[in-house]
Amino acid sequence: MAVFEKPHALIDVPLHYCPGCTHGIVHRLVAEVIDELGIEGKTIGIAPVGCSVMAYNYFNCDMIEAAHGRAPAVATGVKRADPENHIVFTYQGDGDLASIGMAETVHAAARNENITVIFINNAIYGMTGGQMAPTSLVGQVTQTSPYGRDPKACGYPIKVCEMLSELVGPEYLERVTVNNVKNVRNAKKAIKKAFQNQIDGKGFSLVEVVSSCPTNWGMTPKQALEWIESDMLPYYPLGVYKDRSAEQKEAE
Amino acid sequence: MADKILMKGNEAIAAAAIKAGCMHYFGYPITPQTEIAAYMAKVMPKIGGTFLQAESEIAAINMVYGVASAGKRVMTSSSSPGVSLKGEGLSYLAGSDLPALIVNVQRGGPGLGGIQPSQSDYFQSTRGGGHGDYHMIVLAPASVQEMAELTVKGFELADTYRMTAMILADGTMGQMMEPVSIDDLKVNPAPEKPWATTGTKMAREHNIVNSLSLVPEELEELNFKRYDRYKVIEENETMYEEYMVEDADIVLAAFGIAARVSKNAVDEARKLGIKAGLIRPITLWPFPKAPFKAAAEHAKAFISVELNMGQMIEDVILATESKRPVTLCNRAGGMIPDPAQVLNAIKEVNGGIA
Repeated sequence: MAVFEKPHALIDVPLHYCPGCTHGIVHRLVAEVIDELGIEGKTIGIAPVGCSVMAYNYFNCDMIEAAHGRAPAVATGVKRADPENHIVFTYQGDGDLASIGMAETVHAAARNENITVIFINNAIYGMTGGQMAPTSLVGQVTQTSPYGRDPKACGYPIKVCEMLSELVGPEYLERVTVNNVKNVRNAKKAIKKAFQNQIDGKGFSLVEVVSSCPTNWGMTPKQALEWIESDMLPYYPLGVYKDRSAEQKEAE
Repeated sequence: MADKILMKGNEAIAAAAIKAGCMHYFGYPITPQTEIAAYMAKVMPKIGGTFLQAESEIAAINMVYGVASAGKRVMTSSSSPGVSLKGEGLSYLAGSDLPALIVNVQRGGPGLGGIQPSQSDYFQSTRGGGHGDYHMIVLAPASVQEMAELTVKGFELADTYRMTAMILADGTMGQMMEPVSIDDLKVNPAPEKPWATTGTKMAREHNIVNSLSLVPEELEELNFKRYDRYKVIEENETMYEEYMVEDADIVLAAFGIAARVSKNAVDEARKLGIKAGLIRPITLWPFPKAPFKAAAEHAKAFISVELNMGQMIEDVILATESKRPVTLCNRAGGMIPDPAQVLNAIKEVNGGIA
């Protein structure tokens, strides 16, 4: 019996991500879920613009590379092209999903588009070398906030799950993280639910994964995981922000 | 032969698109093309198709990108300011070699401009519309029947060459009503699309739809290959109509509504004994260079008649290799030249060459 195997849905190639980056963990979780649900053959993934732009080289299912921020709109097209036979997920970072693509995110959620969104929130633009993101924390030093994010000049970081939870539309919103084993397990549960919801026709399911970027945070991988706990999670509390089916069940 | 029905140009495009097997439409309201969306909203739900009013022009073109990736015939429509917003998506469609039909029912610009007919997006359309080296096949209808026929043709060309086709109409074409036959339209079904992202079904390698290529040698090669394909299109798909060009001293160049006005002016000129003719490009890209080059052998002068400040005139000058003078007869900002204005332009040029 194999104790540890690579998921079939993940292609066996070296990833381009920096050491200590949590993209690798989340890629693996998504792939494990695709394997467990037996949906690889009907899954189409949408890669964003950002660090995970080349995710199309890593997932074994059909893949599309979208324009910056437009993944939910592209996913809408792919899903509607054949709703019965397509399982569609987007994999997006914070700049992609919550800045340039905010309109696409909000409206896909409002339509309760039957897609799965994996949202990597690491509070920075990684691919372009560490600029301020819509989710960068107040005081966070980045290349474009060299004196720390000043809310007077650039406002406050956006809490995506909280904001979307005000919409009637979306089915399921949960924030998880992957900074320790327990949280990784919870993250997988959430991701699996987000895909299962789509299979069950329930609609828009988004999992926000609070992630690390040791390179652009200027930390060691271990420090970065600790910073998630000490600085990110107090502002971005973990938890389920919306679960319509569960709420309805409770009401019954 | 089926009966003709009276339809607006915009409606004819919508009806022809469905006839061509387009079951997915994404749009955003903008005058003067909204009838296309209204038609789709009414019909698509009844035939199991998709009509979706997108949150923006940008979202609409990216939804098109999604359906096109999945290998289905798909379209969006808009008018000038909206097409500018779609520019990003047009470039990505080109970079990913995806087939789709885009409709631009032009209005006067720049900026928010007006809502009256215009042809001022000629440069934007024939030069690609977004960033990067690429072309779209640009089709310019001059009647409601042609709105329908070129819509079908646009889907077929897009599929054949894996690229976007654009219907470049103007507000007049969109809004005017003429008898049109939809039932008689001949449609070639879409070809197999083995490259489409429809799920591997665990039976093949994964397909990737992508416009990213970080190795310059490879990206250059992709550009070379795309332009090889464009060459084939230039050779095989160029369309135009000639009217009394054979013995013409003065040849008009005009497309869309301007071509209809120009035809009247040619008739009037002939009555006065002036040998005028008209070349009407039907494909604006590829531009029909050959008939202009040939006409330059006998014609003494050319007049480009346009609803803009002079855009196609540059292609006329290039196609005639500057052998003859080319002048502009135009209105802009939503105004349309009338036959008298065009006739005056012909007379003026005739006086100059007599």
